Amino acid sequence: MSAEGNGATGWLARVYVTPKQGVLDPQGKAVQQSLHALGYPEVLDLRLGKYVEVTLAEISRESAETRVREMCERLLANGVIEDFRFDLEASR
Amino acid sequence: MTAPQVTLATAHEHGLTTDEFAQIETILGRTPTFEELGVFSVMWSEHCSYKSSRVHLKTLPTTGPRVLQGPGENAGALDVGDGVAVVFKIESHNHPSFVEPFQGAATGVGGILRDIFTMGARPIANLNSLHFGRPEHARTPFLVRGVVAGIGHYGNCIGVPTVGGEVHFDPGYDHNILVNAFTLGVVASDRIFRAAADGPGNSVLYVGSKTGRDGIHGASLLASAEFDAESETKRPTVQVGDPFTEKLLLEACLELMSPAYSEHLVGIQDMGAAGLTSSSTEMASRSGTGIDLDLSRVPLRERVVTPYEMLLSESQERMLLVVHRGSEEIVQELFRKWDLDAEVIGTVTDSQRLRATFEGRLVVDIPIDPLTDGAPALNRPAAEAAEQETPRLVLADLPEPVDYGEALLQLLASPNLCSREWVYRQYDAYVGGGTIVRPGSDAAVVRLPGTEKAIAISVDSMARFCAIDPYVGMVSAVAESARNLAASGAEPIGVTNCLNFGNPEKPEVMWQFQQAVQGLHDACVAFGTPVVSGNVSFYNETEGSSIPPSPVIGMVGLLEDASQHVTQWFKGDGDAIVLLGRNHEELGGSEYVATAHHQVRGTLPWIDLDVERRLIDVLRAGAREGLLRSAHDVSAGGLAIALAECCITSESSARHGARIDLEDGLRPDALLFGESHGRAVVSARRRHLTRLRELADRAEVPIAVIGEVRGQRLEIGELVALGVDEMHTRWSEAFAGLLGEE
Amino acid sequence: MRWGVVTFPGSNDDAQTAFVLEGLLGEKVARLWHKDTTLGALDAVVLPGGFSYGDYLRCGAMARFSPIMSAVEGFAADGGLVIGVCNGFQILCEAGLLPGALVRNRDLRFLCQRTHVRVEDTDTAFTNRCRRGEVLDIPIKHGEGCYVADAATLDALETGRQIVLRYCDAEGRVTAGSNPNGSLGSIAGVRNARGNVFGMMPHPEYAAEWLVGGEDGRKIFLSMVASGGVSSDAVVSATRSKVVSGP
Repeated sequence: MSAEGNGATGWLARVYVTPKQGVLDPQGKAVQQSLHALGYPEVLDLRLGKYVEVTLAEISRESAETRVREMCERLLANGVIEDFRFDLEASR
Repeated sequence: MTAPQVTLATAHEHGLTTDEFAQIETILGRTPTFEELGVFSVMWSEHCSYKSSRVHLKTLPTTGPRVLQGPGENAGALDVGDGVAVVFKIESHNHPSFVEPFQGAATGVGGILRDIFTMGARPIANLNSLHFGRPEHARTPFLVRGVVAGIGHYGNCIGVPTVGGEVHFDPGYDHNILVNAFTLGVVASDRIFRAAADGPGNSVLYVGSKTGRDGIHGASLLASAEFDAESETKRPTVQVGDPFTEKLLLEACLELMSPAYSEHLVGIQDMGAAGLTSSSTEMASRSGTGIDLDLSRVPLRERVVTPYEMLLSESQERMLLVVHRGSEEIVQELFRKWDLDAEVIGTVTDSQRLRATFEGRLVVDIPIDPLTDGAPALNRPAAEAAEQETPRLVLADLPEPVDYGEALLQLLASPNLCSREWVYRQYDAYVGGGTIVRPGSDAAVVRLPGTEKAIAISVDSMARFCAIDPYVGMVSAVAESARNLAASGAEPIGVTNCLNFGNPEKPEVMWQFQQAVQGLHDACVAFGTPVVSGNVSFYNETEGSSIPPSPVIGMVGLLEDASQHVTQWFKGDGDAIVLLGRNHEELGGSEYVATAHHQVRGTLPWIDLDVERRLIDVLRAGAREGLLRSAHDVSAGGLAIALAECCITSESSARHGARIDLEDGLRPDALLFGESHGRAVVSARRRHLTRLRELADRAEVPIAVIGEVRGQRLEIGELVALGVDEMHTRWSEAFAGLLGEE
Repeated sequence: MRWGVVTFPGSNDDAQTAFVLEGLLGEKVARLWHKDTTLGALDAVVLPGGFSYGDYLRCGAMARFSPIMSAVEGFAADGGLVIGVCNGFQILCEAGLLPGALVRNRDLRFLCQRTHVRVEDTDTAFTNRCRRGEVLDIPIKHGEGCYVADAATLDALETGRQIVLRYCDAEGRVTAGSNPNGSLGSIAGVRNARGNVFGMMPHPEYAAEWLVGGEDGRKIFLSMVASGGVSSDAVVSATRSKVVSGP
């Protein structure tokens, strides 16, 4: 039975939180400078964010998507300074 | 899952000798289990057993009218009157900090904090002593940044102010840095808790973070063997600190030890090095009891942790409690309030044995005594190294500086004398609200909550002196600490020590160690300051090369009236500048000779502890009578550096210059930069000079008015004329430059 | 006045804040636990500094969901005075009670130092005891105190006179060099539009005694006392009525 079927399944949500475009990212800037110093002049830009893995119990994909989006909006990201995106992978 | 078979080869892998393995078999009357072998290996490691140092440490003065707790507990305690005691200790975290500077330093701070609040004391001051390699060494900037950030991270987050410390650079630490952390706490003198497991039938509770695989054999291997190229692979054993959990643990433990709950508590100990094993055996040892542990009940962070790993894990932020039978629920409820795990994992017995079962199987059954008091103690051979003789310093061969002003600026900007603001700006010095003198003066001063009193603290080492002569170096470090406290207005009352040395199996290292312990003994007897706690760190060696002998002390002083504290910087134009003590022509071992002439050599400055004591008396009396507007001891860099520091170290922008005239027949560079002991620079209003002279005369301390606080330049005779701003700029910008910043 | 001082897990400056209010200023203080759901009868609430929830995820991100925060939000909605200092400021921003956000300091390091801040507006419940343009000497101690907001928000703050404190030098000049952490507009403290919620990064509770840190910080708390727990809209009349009814 495909995990992508209609039945409920567990999920692994991979959430990426990044600084909003235009918001100062001093960490990213510092890492970029270090890469330049290490001999990678081709690095044009670098944004440093967070990666969050959320393991979910068995629920429908639709519900998982809604709930994870809500988690991001309420807690995992701060909309004033951060953007987020996520993907879902079915897990046994 | 079965544990490996134990053979002599397994014992060797655990760092035990053939002899020790035979002893273990005799003690048990059988071959140890794998778990038992692990227990013996950590308890008999240098770090836990002090096997090379115990016989020497016993000679130190540890008693006195103020001593409530000497060595042997988690920390020492001194009575400071008004029903208040201070609890303090210094401890090393050298090897972990070299392997992973941020986490190593952070967990070092976490560990020493637990030692203090385990005694029921609320930590109110952190200090540290840091020794790094040459600034030019490729790894040094990385280590400095990591260690400083790690110390700040832990102290700032848990809310204990970091109020002072020292930072040294020397090629001798290129491959083995030193990170020593000091904490002082306060407690009602009748409410000090000890690490006892009294009362068979009482319950053993595990509280705090869950157990993972971190730091297995951290203490025993990292701190009990030399470093080599393979040390990199030891990285996974370094623990990760969680100051947030420790903050909860701190508050929960202090609440448990408050009058509302303390009747339930029998004893408490931090699970530090060698975790559950050392905490349970040491508690049982102190009480002459035994402990039965059910390892199946240990809270785990990972799904599979073996009993061996549970016994040896050094996961941070955990405590072991013994509570009265019947009190378990109440205590667990308290920890739940703070969102912390609290599990009953065992019982106190009268067996005088450590027994541990896992899933019904007995995996450890060892008599307590051979693990603690009966652990091997060695009197290792000691001998002065053959080529020990320090090259002599012939002054006549040493060219004088062409420009004394430039020489002074160079010294001010040198790695060991420049401003440490880059470091201490990363430490919260305010939190708690009791910090009276923040980093940047001779000693930190913190107020004693609920009293008019204050505590002054200084952490000192004199590695360069110790490299030349460990005895004189140690005595000099103690004297410097005492002077720092007295210059702040405090009476020295006690000492803690952290003795950092190389491989004790080498006779020349044991000789250095013995010399330093003798120096510590002599100086502490002279100052009447008992040694109430301490730590020994051996095996500070990499690839066979040893660090310089590096004993560090933390000295604590008492101010009966906090408002009488004194800071080192000049306060106002027109004040007279006074030199207490006598100048000698001594340049041996000085920063100046090292910086300007790149040599570590010469006879160390002569030190007379009686002279030091009398100087301290004058400084203290001057502070008590409110005569001193500023006071600063003369140490590294000599008189000229001391004067420059009086001009530029004020925290505010209100800095002052000085006009100085020195009447001495000494060679000028020795006069300005020599590091003769027994001296201090003070400033006072003119109307107080007569009284100050009386105090000095009575104590037979030489006193001379050498100048006046004036304007915005430091002028020393015809030799030096520098703007205060110029000096400040060179001094304050140097540290970032050392790290290649800006 | 009746004050509430909240303790979150990881709060470090709660005890000091209570000590200043109660021990030095003679105010009534209730200590509030983060799991509490009601405030009781209060005139002002302080969210203190520290590292609530270890500053994990983002400073203040988890504390804002503490049970007590619903009560604090209700209190603020009813016009009650709320001041957040350092971590408290971060929590107020996370909770949306104040605009903007606080991010890592410009040089990425924790900073503990004395700073000077200039009082931009005295017509507030938090600065009415100061002179306009007055320079206060109050320490900072934070790793994430760089104030950021988008251009529109900053404009609105300016026109709404919501910027209460700016970092400056000892003479009151706002310069690049006097901005310790890179905050936009050198902002050290802002209030909400209504004037009853205020956040500042410097720590007034550590500048309340001569022996330790000076006394400039008292003025913030004394201003709140003078306002009688009434926000800026009503400050002027409240102060006036006090004078009239005085002895």
